Amino acid sequence: MKRRNFVDIFLGGSLLATIAAFMYPVVRYVLPSRSAAGGGVQKNVVAAKAGELPPNSAKIFKFGSSPAILVNTAEGQLVALSGVCTHLTCTVRFDTETGTLFCPCHNGRFDLGGNVLSGPPPRPLEIFAVETSGADIIVSRKG
Amino acid sequence: MAAKIGPSLWKFLDDRFMLSALIAFGKKKTVPEHRRSFWYFFGGICLFLTAIQIATGAMLLLYYTPHIDAAHESVQFIMSGVKFGWLIRSVHSWTANLLIGLLFIHMFSTFFLKAYRRPRELTWITGFLLLVLFMAFGFSGYLLPWNELSYFATRVGTDIAGSLPIIGHWLKTVILGGPEVGQATLSRFFWFHVALLPLAALVLIGIHILLVQTLGMSKPIGERSTKEIPFFPDFLYKDALGWTLILVIIGVLCVFLPWEIGPKADPLVSTPLGIKPEWYFTFMFTTLKLVPAHVLSFEGEKLAILAFMTGGLLWLLVPFLDRRAALEKRSPVFTWAGVALALYIVILTVMTYTVPKL
Repeated sequence: MKRRNFVDIFLGGSLLATIAAFMYPVVRYVLPSRSAAGGGVQKNVVAAKAGELPPNSAKIFKFGSSPAILVNTAEGQLVALSGVCTHLTCTVRFDTETGTLFCPCHNGRFDLGGNVLSGPPPRPLEIFAVETSGADIIVSRKG
Repeated sequence: MAAKIGPSLWKFLDDRFMLSALIAFGKKKTVPEHRRSFWYFFGGICLFLTAIQIATGAMLLLYYTPHIDAAHESVQFIMSGVKFGWLIRSVHSWTANLLIGLLFIHMFSTFFLKAYRRPRELTWITGFLLLVLFMAFGFSGYLLPWNELSYFATRVGTDIAGSLPIIGHWLKTVILGGPEVGQATLSRFFWFHVALLPLAALVLIGIHILLVQTLGMSKPIGERSTKEIPFFPDFLYKDALGWTLILVIIGVLCVFLPWEIGPKADPLVSTPLGIKPEWYFTFMFTTLKLVPAHVLSFEGEKLAILAFMTGGLLWLLVPFLDRRAALEKRSPVFTWAGVALALYIVILTVMTYTVPKL
């Protein structure tokens, strides 16, 4: 290798290394930290107090970092599902007339088993387990 | 005395900034004048509106607080507690919408006049990137008042980014600053809106204007008129007339339709019925409503997003695809493709607002 080529490669490599050394902290600063990105998964949560929900009504509650929905059906059965539509993540609402869950963003509709009834959602909603412990209604992830 | 100060001041500034040379350049530079030269004015109007955005945006910074507990309240204070705050915010919001509408008109007029043909490929590319950038300005600025509509629009918009293959989840987390729309998202969107995007826009606008100045205005294919007018003062005066007109329109809109704030965002409520994003995203939003859940074995939503991205890339590369225009020949296939795209955008946008059951 000629001396000039060696110097060119050495200087070019040094320049690239310097740029990388400056850019690395900048990029790491801009990227969210692991804790902010939501590392852990919450197992259960107190979603409501017993008797808080009248029949044929629903309540949105926070489960981990996402909204979930607790429905007390017209028959008085408690059902909890993910509140995040599987299409484009809008929060679903309980339609009291049809007893189904409706996403107003793109008109997706789910039954209370989480299954897609109509519209563009590609997957069913995740279903959670519900149990009453004293005065609390506790929702937990299945499995 | 005043007569003496005027020329002296002019000489003082001229010696330092070479203003005479600048005016001589403006007089020497000419702009083609023909029956379609009306469309040349839209670029200048967009630049004028950008200047309004910088000025009003800087003023809003004086009172805006980028925190989820205070953002909505600070915008309310701007609208009702600060003298002429309603005017400054309304000018900023109305101008943002007019600017994007005019950028679309500017882009389509450039497309139909085939002004992208050699040697103006980079002018087209920087122009298209500026439109995308200004849509990003709109998207990031929309969240800043932290209201219900903007909260859910951000969730939908960022989930589209999250649908991209391989990098989607990572990209969504980087944009949001976490798994969900929250304080980190507001901080990031504020940073995008007032720091990152303005810097990128300044660079792109600089390149775009430099190219327009260097290469001059493009004449449509087959245009026989050889008439030209000086850029300064003739074209600039006509440009200024357009700026005045748009300023009057903004003033009327702000006085009669001041920009609303809407209810404060609450992550623990269901998405409100009839939700829509800003009008310039509605053609994509409604397309996503119409696409079925599955097309063959693919998810309809992902397929639609892929189609938008492919379409955007093809649109960006039009100067290199339209070989006939590059040879100064008419290219009706591209013209009709442009007509189809414009109709698609207009029809889907109108349908969003006129077909409630959609």
